[in-house]
Amino acid sequence: MRLSERIIEKMLVICAAIALLGIAVIAVFITKEGWPIISKIGIKAFFLGKDWTPTKGVYGIFPMIIGSIYVTIGALAIGVPIGISCAIYLAEIASPKVSAIIKPGIELLAGIPSVIYGLYGMTVIVPIIRDLFGNQGFSVLAGSIVLGIMILPTIINISKDSIEAVPKEYKEGSLALGSSHWQAIIKVILPSARSGIISSIILGMARAVGETMAVIMITGNSTMIPESILSPVRTLTGNIGIEMGYASGEHQKALFATGIVLFIFIMCLNLLAKLIPKKAGA
Amino acid sequence: MRKLNDIKIITSSRIKERVAFFLLWIFSIFTAIILVLIVSDIIIKGAPHISLDFLLEEPRKMGKEGGVFSVIVSTIYIVVLSIIFAAPIGVAASVYLAEYAKESTMLNIIRFGTEALAGIPSIIYGLFGYSFFVFFLDLKYSILSGALTLTLMILPTIIKTSEEAIKAVPKSYREGSLALGATKLQTIRKIIIPDAIPGILTGLILGIGRVVGESAAVLYTAGSSLGIPDSIFRPGRTLSVHLYTLASEGISIENTYATAVILIALVFIINFSANTLINRIFIARRR
Repeated sequence: MRLSERIIEKMLVICAAIALLGIAVIAVFITKEGWPIISKIGIKAFFLGKDWTPTKGVYGIFPMIIGSIYVTIGALAIGVPIGISCAIYLAEIASPKVSAIIKPGIELLAGIPSVIYGLYGMTVIVPIIRDLFGNQGFSVLAGSIVLGIMILPTIINISKDSIEAVPKEYKEGSLALGSSHWQAIIKVILPSARSGIISSIILGMARAVGETMAVIMITGNSTMIPESILSPVRTLTGNIGIEMGYASGEHQKALFATGIVLFIFIMCLNLLAKLIPKKAGA
Repeated sequence: MRKLNDIKIITSSRIKERVAFFLLWIFSIFTAIILVLIVSDIIIKGAPHISLDFLLEEPRKMGKEGGVFSVIVSTIYIVVLSIIFAAPIGVAASVYLAEYAKESTMLNIIRFGTEALAGIPSIIYGLFGYSFFVFFLDLKYSILSGALTLTLMILPTIIKTSEEAIKAVPKSYREGSLALGATKLQTIRKIIIPDAIPGILTGLILGIGRVVGESAAVLYTAGSSLGIPDSIFRPGRTLSVHLYTLASEGISIENTYATAVILIALVFIINFSANTLINRIFIARRR
């Protein structure tokens, strides 16, 4: 091999490693900034502390952890049934004409920036909730609805791919035994596509947990633990997003510490999605 | 008697199927309707406020009056700069992954890094960019800090799309080129990359789409200053950040929606071009 080719090959390796380097540097810097405050106030006080009052130097992120969990569960409750139904419909039933309309729609839904979702949630969904329930509208419910919509493309695309990857013979065998198409879907196709559908839900979950701007605009951001789905709520991402603008000193470090929690959470979800066996029928 | 029972079972399963398919249809149509609702709401409220003046005037009074000219300029700066950084790195990485890398632990780690990078929420990128580019490298709030942060963010998209495009180049092309005496690098440069160009471009366009739509990662790296940045070392405000600021601070509902319309139009154009390219690849492959 010529020398110049060798040099270029080495450069290609370096480029390929930049993404890896990036994730390492991100982990190091978030930890470097955030860890000192966690170790100072204690892991227990930081994770389980119910009070977040930066002006008094009290940093407990328990309400935000609960907030993220509530909003994410709500988003899944809305996004999973709709998303999986849509995936089944597109993969198994839809005529090419109908898919030709819905598929680009889903791509656009995925491409719409989160601030647009936030704006729509703020000006349309929040007022509807306010009129219906007489609360202030900014709530767990509003966050769940908007996040439920935002995770649809993730769930639909991955589930659809895994349903389409189920070998044709499975379905044909089931139909040949006299089952209806619907019975074949429920009893044969969906169980075979299970692993892909579960990954789609986990990745949708990761998207809901990580979403920031849309959530800030519609959840009300109160640091209290929400009492019901109509109460305002603040998520981990919201906590960082709102206060980064003016925080300094120890307060700012506490936001990086919130970032550590978020980072670990997301990495766990992504690992989980990766660990699920990919093969149909597995 | 048994026969009648069988018929009953069959009819009931037919009815069940009808109901189930109808529900699935409703949910699918619902997904399309959501999109129409969101987009039409924003266009109806925003389109009347769009004018050439709005596009070409500087924002006044924090965006309450005037247009979005400087915001558009900052957005273009950040998009162009991010692509300048991310395109060569991303394409080079994908060439390595598709053409050189052999299955090994190192390769698996690199792949894991790329996938993990794709999953990180934008606010974490914001935190990282703030502590690393803005302070550690002392680039301050600037177009450059923002673009570098976004480069990392869009790298996985570009790598993945380009890698698939390169892998889809037929094996016979490589063999033909190598058989004629070309070196591996010559084959990549003269045969593989040109053939994979539409796929690579699709990756870049999707990357642009993410940059345009991003707010959390830009706000804390490029800042939210409203002036036209006179160099990449100056702060600037992108369309998404502008929209967020206008909406969350309730500065001007007209300008909020007008900005939203511009943003949606950009996203549509970006999606449309990516789709056109993808379709072209399909047609070319079928030939």
